[in-house]
Amino acid sequence: MKLLLKKGRLLDPTLGIDFIGDLLIEEGKIKGFGREIEISEKDLEIIDCRGKLVFPGLVDIHVHLREPGEEWKEDIESGTRAALYGGVLRVACMPNTKPVNDAPEVTSYILKRAREKASVKVYPIAAITKGQEGKELAEFGRLKKAGAVAVSDDGKWVADSSLMKRALLYAKNFDLPVISHCEDPKLSFRGQINEGKLSARLGLKGIPASAETVAVVRDLLLARETGTPLHLAHLSVKENLPFLRWAKEEGIPFTAETCPHYFTFTEKEVEGYNTNAKVNPPLRTEEDVEAIKEALKEGLIEVIASDHAPHSPLEKEVEFELASFGMIGVQFLLPLSFNLVREGLLSELKLLQYLITNPSKVLKIEPPSFKEGAPAEVVIFDPEERYLVTEDFIQSKSKNTPLLGRELKGRVKTVILEKRIIHL
Amino acid sequence: MRHLLDIYSLSSETIKEILELSENLKEILERPIPKVPTLRGKLVLLLFYEPSTRTKFSFERACKVLSADTMSFSAKGSSLEKGETILDTVKNLYALGVNLVVIRHNLSGTPHFLAKHLKIPVVNAGDGIHEHPTQALLDMLTVKEKLGTLAGLKVAIVGDIKHSRVAHSDILGFQKMGSTVYVTGPAHLLPEPKEAEFFEIRPGGFKICYKMEEALRDADVVIALRIQRERHGEPFIPTLQEYAENFGLTPRHLELIKEGALLMHPGPINWGVELSYEMEKYPFQVILEQVENGVAVRMAVLLRLLSGD
Ligand SMILES: [Zn+2]
Ligand SMILES: [Zn+2]
Repeated sequence: MKLLLKKGRLLDPTLGIDFIGDLLIEEGKIKGFGREIEISEKDLEIIDCRGKLVFPGLVDIHVHLREPGEEWKEDIESGTRAALYGGVLRVACMPNTKPVNDAPEVTSYILKRAREKASVKVYPIAAITKGQEGKELAEFGRLKKAGAVAVSDDGKWVADSSLMKRALLYAKNFDLPVISHCEDPKLSFRGQINEGKLSARLGLKGIPASAETVAVVRDLLLARETGTPLHLAHLSVKENLPFLRWAKEEGIPFTAETCPHYFTFTEKEVEGYNTNAKVNPPLRTEEDVEAIKEALKEGLIEVIASDHAPHSPLEKEVEFELASFGMIGVQFLLPLSFNLVREGLLSELKLLQYLITNPSKVLKIEPPSFKEGAPAEVVIFDPEERYLVTEDFIQSKSKNTPLLGRELKGRVKTVILEKRIIHL
Repeated sequence: MRHLLDIYSLSSETIKEILELSENLKEILERPIPKVPTLRGKLVLLLFYEPSTRTKFSFERACKVLSADTMSFSAKGSSLEKGETILDTVKNLYALGVNLVVIRHNLSGTPHFLAKHLKIPVVNAGDGIHEHPTQALLDMLTVKEKLGTLAGLKVAIVGDIKHSRVAHSDILGFQKMGSTVYVTGPAHLLPEPKEAEFFEIRPGGFKICYKMEEALRDADVVIALRIQRERHGEPFIPTLQEYAENFGLTPRHLELIKEGALLMHPGPINWGVELSYEMEKYPFQVILEQVENGVAVRMAVLLRLLSGD
């Protein structure tokens, strides 16, 4: 079976192509692309892509799928369906499940459930320390063998510097990238929202910028000392920038990530004690939003991931201080990130590099692309379509996002995943 | 005014009206039989998720004077232990025909959370480290009564400002009414520079002082706060003796403040720590007047919220 995507704007950040043309897919594999592909065959399906963008599937390296253990919030089926709707065709899931993904049995279980239920490809990230307790290293070797692609104690920082150094060194044996959730837990102790005017007004303990930057700087120093590639998850504050610039100049092996909420929302979302805007790191100020955009523009931050963190009303419809941190996002990763293009901050190709090529590089996996023979992982995106974010539109089991009831621009219309064509 | 959640969202006009109403209501408290039928048939729910005898009794007294019925409920022995959420609890109690909820809670924002989900007025009787609006109203009433005005006064607040909901409400309230508020205490228990931006609601209306003398000099009102050595198991003060010697108010401070300046404390007091024993005899300490005014202010708040417009 052949499939021809006609006259879309073809974008592939890995191959560096950006032109209006046709893309041919044969038997679930990329056959070729060109200004115009003329074929006349009987079992040829044609999709008119005029006015649409056509690019490889996004790779979101920071999602929480909640399976095993918290399936009332999300599971592999619903979380990956949300990803599919968002044009995210590969997700890497964080290990803070119940039990923690710190043992090969858990990694295998996640992969088995993914084979049975997932709409998109799932890459498990294992824990750095047993139980994510920050005390003893997890079994990197056995976890890797079971299918883990990286290690992270996401949700917690490995506060013991000597243990973190050991983790970075041990990761070398298995070529495992190390992903750090940068937060000094003493500085953020009991913190609820960004520290500043709003935390004073709401009487909530603040999380200072230093809680993040202290951790970022320590981790960069350890990456320099060990030479192991380090990935900094979800950066949110302005204070990081000079240190990221310094690390680039020094040639420290690191990559940095941010999430759409850190360049889309400010702490204002929390007003009225809105628990759907309670996230860790917290939403910051206008200045921080601008700084994060600047970091993206400069390439100091070169990965955008969602930190998709589903929570049900059980965790969110409670007193603010009791509410869990996190918001869903995998389905909105693309439309929200696309605002960076609309604002003229990044080109389409550059943005897609941050969403496809760079995150793949972090995980050391071959990025989805239009290379001949590559499995078809293709997204057809209408950057202009406007729609309302409703509970029904959200594919996750949980609906915890400040976007509920708001309008979004840019919608995934069709996804081609190998031999499947999914119109959304 | 639909609820009384914080001083932050009250206009100075509303504060003025509440204070005037409170002054008028005080007359009732002085009658031989201090009871009026104004709120007969109204049911007030007093939800206290944190131990507090003073505030709870004060609200109860205010309800009784106005003939409102009360149901009260303290966290210990409540449904919380059964894993029921506060929202469930309150919705259930609401179904019993409650007309107004007074809530004290150890977590900031809980009154706001209930207000979002309930159709009846909610009164914040102190939430976490956020605000304690009725305390600030009674403090303002006391000062207005004794000094005749709130405008142009220098108010000094001494102690753990950072974690004190009383201080937060006082800082906002007194500024809204035209006073200037100076705060002092151990520097790590004062607002941080970014937070201070919020507390200064009028240019020059709020100042953080690292030297106690600066805050106290020529003050018209001094409010001392209760000090806790530990918060959540973390010691914030080296020792109580260290605190008493450096931040406790003693007769030698009286030379700094204005003659006739008022001394206040929201209670309960650690005598010998934030206030030295001698201070009890200071002729302008108005700590018991504060308690009486607390009832009047709470009556005024209940009346405003329950008597309809
Ligand atoms: Zn994290
Ligand atoms: Zn995360």
